[in-house]
Amino acid sequence: MNIDPLHYDVLIVGAGGAGLRAALAAAEEGARVAVLSKSLLGKAHTVMAEGGIAAALGNLDPYDSFDTHFYDTMKAGHFLNNYRMVSLYTQEAPDRVLELETWGAVFDRTEDGRIMQRPFGAHSFRRLAHVGDSTGKELIRTLEYKILATKRVDVYPEVITTRLFLDDNGRAAGAFCYQRDDGRFLIFSAHAVIMASGGWGRVYKVSSNSWESTGDGAAISFRAGAELMDMEMVQFHPTGMVWPPGVRGILVTEGVRGEGGLLFNSQNERFMLRYDPERKELSARDVVSRSIFREVQAGRGTPHGGAWLDISHKGPAYIKRKLPTMYEQFLKLADLDITRERFEVAPTTHYTMGGLRVEAETGATNIEGLYACGETAAGLHGGNRLGGNSLGDLLVFGRRAGLAAAAYAARRPGTSSLSYSSIEEERRRVLAPFAIESGENPYLIHAQLQQLMSTYAGIMRSGTSLTDGLGHLERLSERANRMSADGGLHFNPGWGLVFDVQNMLTLARAILTGARERRESRGAHWRTDYPDEDPEEGRRNIVQTLGPDGRIKVRDEPVPEMPPDLRRLFDDPVSPGVKRQREEASRARGSEGA
Amino acid sequence: MTEDGFRGREVPIWIFRGDGLSGEERQYMVELSPGMVVLDAVLYVQQHEAPDLAVRWNCKAAHCGSCGAEVNGRPRLLCKTRMDDYMRRNEAVHVGPMKTFPVIRDLVPDIRKNYEIARRIPPFTPAHPAPFQLWPEDVERLKEFRRCIECFLCQDVCHVLRDHHRLDHYMGPRFMLKLAELDMHPLDTRDRTPYVRREGGVDWCNVTRCCSDVCPEAIAITENAIIPLKERVADRYFDPIRDFWRGRSRRPAPEPPEK
Ligand SMILES: Cc1cc2nc3c(=O)[nH]c(=O)nc-3n(C[C@H](O)[C@H](O)[C@H](O)COP(=O)(O)OP(=O)(O)OC[C@H]3O[C@@H](n4cnc5c(N)ncnc54)[C@H](O)[C@@H]3O)c2cc1C
Ligand code: SF4
Ligand code: SF4
Ligand code: FES
Repeated sequence: MNIDPLHYDVLIVGAGGAGLRAALAAAEEGARVAVLSKSLLGKAHTVMAEGGIAAALGNLDPYDSFDTHFYDTMKAGHFLNNYRMVSLYTQEAPDRVLELETWGAVFDRTEDGRIMQRPFGAHSFRRLAHVGDSTGKELIRTLEYKILATKRVDVYPEVITTRLFLDDNGRAAGAFCYQRDDGRFLIFSAHAVIMASGGWGRVYKVSSNSWESTGDGAAISFRAGAELMDMEMVQFHPTGMVWPPGVRGILVTEGVRGEGGLLFNSQNERFMLRYDPERKELSARDVVSRSIFREVQAGRGTPHGGAWLDISHKGPAYIKRKLPTMYEQFLKLADLDITRERFEVAPTTHYTMGGLRVEAETGATNIEGLYACGETAAGLHGGNRLGGNSLGDLLVFGRRAGLAAAAYAARRPGTSSLSYSSIEEERRRVLAPFAIESGENPYLIHAQLQQLMSTYAGIMRSGTSLTDGLGHLERLSERANRMSADGGLHFNPGWGLVFDVQNMLTLARAILTGARERRESRGAHWRTDYPDEDPEEGRRNIVQTLGPDGRIKVRDEPVPEMPPDLRRLFDDPVSPGVKRQREEASRARGSEGA
Repeated sequence: MTEDGFRGREVPIWIFRGDGLSGEERQYMVELSPGMVVLDAVLYVQQHEAPDLAVRWNCKAAHCGSCGAEVNGRPRLLCKTRMDDYMRRNEAVHVGPMKTFPVIRDLVPDIRKNYEIARRIPPFTPAHPAPFQLWPEDVERLKEFRRCIECFLCQDVCHVLRDHHRLDHYMGPRFMLKLAELDMHPLDTRDRTPYVRREGGVDWCNVTRCCSDVCPEAIAITENAIIPLKERVADRYFDPIRDFWRGRSRRPAPEPPEK
């Protein structure tokens, strides 16, 4: 085998928004960069994002500000967030959005020619910069063409990483990959590695995520010694498609509710008025998901076990202009005209708030030379992510990780040395599935894993369900050791799935373990045996590492404490911007009266 | 959605298996379910019978443009093509890779050339950094072009590329669209007309409109992108009135220096 490694300063695993933004930042610093992805360029999961990018530009609501966005994000995350990340994010997001326009993105406009912003669940103001309901496409297409025009960045599409290499000093040094089209193995050596490989929504049965979202970067880094945090926090988006079966789980953007869509149960009751009279349909995602779930459990579900969502009162012209993709999606795939009819929705696995534990400013993990950003990293969203805060996350922390990795790579002396034996070991491991006779079918193991996780660690969990889940998972993992592959090395999805499933099994174990450890309900984590928030539990992030014996070690990290000036914001029941707005209004009324 | 009568029925589907050198269609059986699309059927075969069946997909909702292929000879997104449409017409379903590009394996084509073209296009070059003042009407006009999901079905169907293999001379409809989008952006400062003509090869297009017909995003590629580009080229390089009086075919005027 040819084991001549390809050398780069910075190796980036992932070509979603986070990976591409990181690549641009690193290249700007003069680094030579390689970007890897499981799919072709421009097809990463980010392309599917619909609703928008949350940034306090204040184009429509001048009272919006970064401290208001900070307030909303911390509150929605139930204070498990790393406040430093939230602070950086809310301050830098507006610049990152504008920068996209400089690079060619074209956002929807206000009448006076500025970037339009739309309301979204639990945001105090109209805040999401958007392009109809295909904002992710605009973001990734813009970065794609920028990358194509950037020297010093080599893109390796359909090149998939299976292992992270460390050097003798325990620093990240490279990766083992296979190339999908011809099955060739590629070895990369690099001074710094960035994991930007997205989330792991495919662990669950009903999911809005694509086949790529199997958490490879998180699992691979975890095996190499990196820390995972908040793994119990999995976001179930309230509105996934329900019918027909082939589209189950595909996302119905929150934009539908943002633009005025209303939720009803089978008795035509607008049930959100009961669960959150203040914010109603635009309550936080964890609240709306649980509400739909409860309605269905109480026997008030729709024919296929969901709730009705209705936007038809907005009229065809408006709907087709603001939500063209949704309109098409339902017409083509479900034979349903949303400008005239209501439709069924139910919660779908959407986003993983947990992930690699990183330093706020740089995205550095506990492994020297290893960085993480985007959905792979934990900390920004805490116990629940606000809509629109992911796309902004990719830009803000993708850039920061890229800058930090490039600076580190420039500092690091010499070339990164890879050990021949670890390369050889990985080569053998990757080829092993072909040698197993009458082994397990990876598609089947995957389906069973998804069933297991949805049953035991879904939207609702308990100590018993999680312990049972871990037991079942252990047995499934044993069978999974015998997953086999047919056919050859050339573009063989069944073979590739073996590694995806291995990664998902690892992360599933971390989800179950973290969920069992958190003895309270908080954000997306809902325990029936501990139905309330517990202030003591809320002071810790649950961190997991993998021991050399393959066992998970759990440890607590205190949630970073806000300085007094930030903490004081939360003495008020409303966000700073809303407070200022109300004060101003009452002053105006006062002076009118005078 | 009506629960259709096709549910649960086993039907055959023919799928191309092979690589660039050799291959053949093979028949598989799939169990129909309501609303099933051809991609569902292909993934069904992958799960039950042929784990190594190669196909690209990501979103399953016509957003990402990964699953372009040919169904009964017509370029289509597999995730947006319904099985029941064929069943209703009693038509057998044959799935093959896009023909204009070399085949890697089964339904997966080698479309690297498209990205090489994309890399050559001079990037957006605004007069100044954002914030920009852009009017809603400007944005509306650009939006159509920006709907493109880069499925390359238009490149697949265009006869200049498909039958005459002229990708070296003509960038193809997807990239005419891209050039039109850049050209019509109110803040772009580049003069792109010479590029459209020389590197882009817009003259090769003879306005058959096949690309617009297959575009899953219903972009009027020919009307709204290619014809305006052609007009700009004509305005710059041809003098139609003089040509008319001389009764000759149009001949290019000398190229003005690039701005
Ligand atoms: C339908 C939908 C709508 C959404 N809408 C919004 C929205 O409106 N606003 C918002 O803020 N967020 C939204 N989100 C969430 C947001 O889109 C994602 O969280 C975000 O795009 C993740 O970006 P990323 O760069 O971290 O990873 P991804 O975009 O998932 O990219 C991961 C990349 O890593 C690559 N990769 C993975 N594993 C490997 C490996 N082993 N080797 C090599 N490469 C690898 C993949 O190929 C891919 O290129 C939405 C999500 C979905 C599913
Ligand atoms: S209109 Fe032009 S670009 Fe489109 S298919 Fe015909 S020749 Fe090709
Ligand atoms: S223009 Fe239409 S057919 Fe061509 S690549 Fe874009 S979406 Fe596909
Ligand atoms: S899978 Fe995304 S377009 Fe078909």
